[in-house]
Amino acid sequence: MLRIDRRLLAHIEWPLLVLALLVSGVGLVTILSATFHDGQFVSRYVVRQATWAGIGLVAMLVAVSIDYRTVNRYAYPIYLLLLVSLVLVLVAGVSGGGARRWIGIGPMALQPSEFMKVGVVLVLAHVLHRWAGEARLPLRRLLGPLALIAVPALLTLRQPDLGTAIAICMGAFTVLLVAGLPTRLLIIAALVMGPLLPYGYAHLKPYQQKRLDNFFNPQADRLGTGYHALQSQIAIGSGQVHGKGYLHGTQNQLKFLPEQHTDFIFSVYSEEWGFIGGAALLTLYLALVLRGAYIASRARDNLGALLAAGLTGTIFWQAAINIGMTSGALPVVGITLPFLSYGGSSMLALMISVGLLMNISMRRHTF
Amino acid sequence: MFGVHEVSPAVRRRIALGSTFAVLVVLGLGARLWTLQVLRGEQMAALSENNRIRLRRDPATRGRVVDRHGGVVIDSQASFDAVLVPEDAPDLPTVVETLAQFLDQSAAETQAVLDRAAGRPAFQEIVVKRGLSYDEVAAIETHQLELSGVSLRVTPSRTYPHGPMLAHVLGYVGEVTPEELARDEHYRPGDLIGKAGLEKGWEGDLRGVDGGQQIEVDALGRQLRILDEQESTPGHTLVLSIDLELQRAAEHAMGDRVGAIVALDPRNGDVLAMVSEPSYDPNAFTGGIKPGLWKELLGNPRHPLTGRATQGQYPPGSTFKIIVAAAALEEGIINPFTRIRCPGYLRYGNHTFRCWKHGGHGSVNVHDALVGSCDVFFYQLGARLGIDTIARYARQFGLGAPTGIGVGSERGGLMPDTDWKKRRFGQPWHKGETLSVAIGQGAVMATPLQMAQAVATIATGMRYTPRLVQRIEALDGSLVREIAPQMASRLPVRETALKQVQEALVDTVSRGTGNKARLRDILVGGKTGTSQVVTIGKTRLKAHQMKWNQRDHAWFVAFAPAEEPTIAIATLVEHADGGGGAVAAPITKDVLEAFFRLQQEREAVRLAQN
Repeated sequence: MLRIDRRLLAHIEWPLLVLALLVSGVGLVTILSATFHDGQFVSRYVVRQATWAGIGLVAMLVAVSIDYRTVNRYAYPIYLLLLVSLVLVLVAGVSGGGARRWIGIGPMALQPSEFMKVGVVLVLAHVLHRWAGEARLPLRRLLGPLALIAVPALLTLRQPDLGTAIAICMGAFTVLLVAGLPTRLLIIAALVMGPLLPYGYAHLKPYQQKRLDNFFNPQADRLGTGYHALQSQIAIGSGQVHGKGYLHGTQNQLKFLPEQHTDFIFSVYSEEWGFIGGAALLTLYLALVLRGAYIASRARDNLGALLAAGLTGTIFWQAAINIGMTSGALPVVGITLPFLSYGGSSMLALMISVGLLMNISMRRHTF
Repeated sequence: MFGVHEVSPAVRRRIALGSTFAVLVVLGLGARLWTLQVLRGEQMAALSENNRIRLRRDPATRGRVVDRHGGVVIDSQASFDAVLVPEDAPDLPTVVETLAQFLDQSAAETQAVLDRAAGRPAFQEIVVKRGLSYDEVAAIETHQLELSGVSLRVTPSRTYPHGPMLAHVLGYVGEVTPEELARDEHYRPGDLIGKAGLEKGWEGDLRGVDGGQQIEVDALGRQLRILDEQESTPGHTLVLSIDLELQRAAEHAMGDRVGAIVALDPRNGDVLAMVSEPSYDPNAFTGGIKPGLWKELLGNPRHPLTGRATQGQYPPGSTFKIIVAAAALEEGIINPFTRIRCPGYLRYGNHTFRCWKHGGHGSVNVHDALVGSCDVFFYQLGARLGIDTIARYARQFGLGAPTGIGVGSERGGLMPDTDWKKRRFGQPWHKGETLSVAIGQGAVMATPLQMAQAVATIATGMRYTPRLVQRIEALDGSLVREIAPQMASRLPVRETALKQVQEALVDTVSRGTGNKARLRDILVGGKTGTSQVVTIGKTRLKAHQMKWNQRDHAWFVAFAPAEEPTIAIATLVEHADGGGGAVAAPITKDVLEAFFRLQQEREAVRLAQN
């Protein structure tokens, strides 16, 4: 099954591949800067990230070569395996920074929640693709899928990892939307409420915010994160139009931001590359997302469409929420920026997603 | 294109809708970047230049510690710290020099503090000096202009209103070390952390949650406004089982001798008093201890830093006979009527073991042997029981392992047996050694806390883990957590055997070696002990003929009232000017008297109030 069809080679999905590699390249360069201190490169981060990207390319190749309809047959086993590993994390996971998110496998530490972002899209597409179409899904058909979303989301929330739980939900939500939710009303409500919820949050009284925070993320240091949000905005803003130049971001060098190579990498990038760089990066992401949407709408079947839409949606929502949060438009939740943030599991899962998207694009012509 | 598209038109419509949405969101984000970087870019660049936004921490007030009746044992009061942000001082050396004029601290010391803080995030305050005096505060206030970068900060400071009283139990606080910082992310450089005793053991409950302020400062580091604020949550209050009044009486009874007293409630393990003399004043540690004082404490030959009640390990001497008697009765080696003749010595192998009474006790049973503390009787019991049986019983009384009181660095004493000898020395156990252990000499060692627990165990038949903290309360007095009494084991000794030993101990006080602990109207059970520090030939010297550090230790253990014990106590005097009966028994008597007097007084007050 790993044999690559000649006809497939003729239809390699270049645009998406090139876009993904470009953004990953920007990521490596920025991680190098984010971990540059006192005139010294802390190269282990870049080396590790590049290694993961390499492993990711191999995984991508595998994801391209297995027909996505074959993958679909294993949707439930894959999903269950990931669920079990999420439970394992809570029981015997590796701790870091006040949360248990990883499973140690030899020298590596894998973060199952990152793979669950793909897993939940797989299983929802599997359940919903037969029903997707003109007719909207009846409410009772939704209960199963909602449970499939809620279980991994809650397990991830327990780690605690609010950001990844949100990412899992948003990806799954995209599949539901594309499959067709029961009433027009629900769609409108979701479209309006989705972005409005955090906006409304920003206008809550501080004590109300604190209550919400304590509910979702009891370990967060509200003052600390507020401070980081502010420092992040200052970093981005102080880049002005042209940026301070590569390796010249002062906010970054003064260690004001704690997670500058993960959650706050966009502020490091924007401080150094300014509005021009920021706009360019936004354009790259938009191109990537639009290409994903194109692949979805021109897929061979509804299964391909739902899968592609879900995978693309997961990337889109994470990028949008992360940039929104670092630029102060949204509250701070620990969501990573796809392809840019440091993180092996995230990189691996993204490469698999890209592989699956290419897979769907390239099998448009086969039967 | 020849592909056949089977994606439903509706699905494609929705994807197109989603794409439009994505374009709008990205445009929105672009607009946000435009606002930040182009419209407000210059303002943001100015803010970033001198980092104008500072995070000021508001350290939580550390929890108080009170005794069982609510008397304050450790208090937290506000005090002033001088803090310095070096980035705000254009001419740092001059500021450091100027500061030396106003603080009771040399410029070199201040510089050393700054050097230690190297590598911290930029613009973070460094605590230069804690607990400023009124004069120092006033001087810094009035000379603000010469001291750019220096400011005052109000922080809770730790006070121990009773000074050296209970110092070894309470412990003290100090600045976090880099190692502690690496272990726990909740701390920042300059924070206070419990370093010893309860302060260390209950750090998590005492600490509270820090708050803080986000402030905007001008280019000179002066505060412009508060952007955000989060109040700190004070730490919880520890309610001790200690009775401060009894503690005071016990310390008074010990006087300026070197030694320890531990008083327990045998019914639940509550620690009522715990004395270790000499002591030190924990207040000296709060603002960072002066090197001179620290050296003096370390070099003092009477070792004031050692908490003798839990860390001092001594041969238990004749108090150990309680355990051997209980073991022999339970094992059936003897019955209450078994008599052994004591001629004043026992020949065993080719060695002569002497009784403390040269002329001997004559023919004695176990009751007489305890009352008269006959050594020969217990040599015989030891020989018949064997070391491993003795050790098994002693462990049931809590010897040979830490009691688990939960105050840092408690020692476990030593209960030797054949296994231990083999492990430790690679040699077999000699039977002769058992004879020494049977009268509490040789390798056996116990802390005063262990002996108090042992006598509490013989008094009730049950061994409780000593409990120092009864419960934890929030600042408003509401209960956070109750620490329930914990029974460690039930003594595997028959009720009748227990009674026989108890009766012998009561007689020991009423008409035997412990008669100096006799109370007028309350029946006390007890046992004396004198443990040798150095073995000197055949002739025993009188205490005043020996050097201080070669004199014997004096023990007394007791429980009262004998019918239904509410207090168990162990008193140890290091290198005493007399044996347990002469020195330790009268001290114990004073403490017991105080205990029952306080009980009566409180009862009277209670009745008057009702």
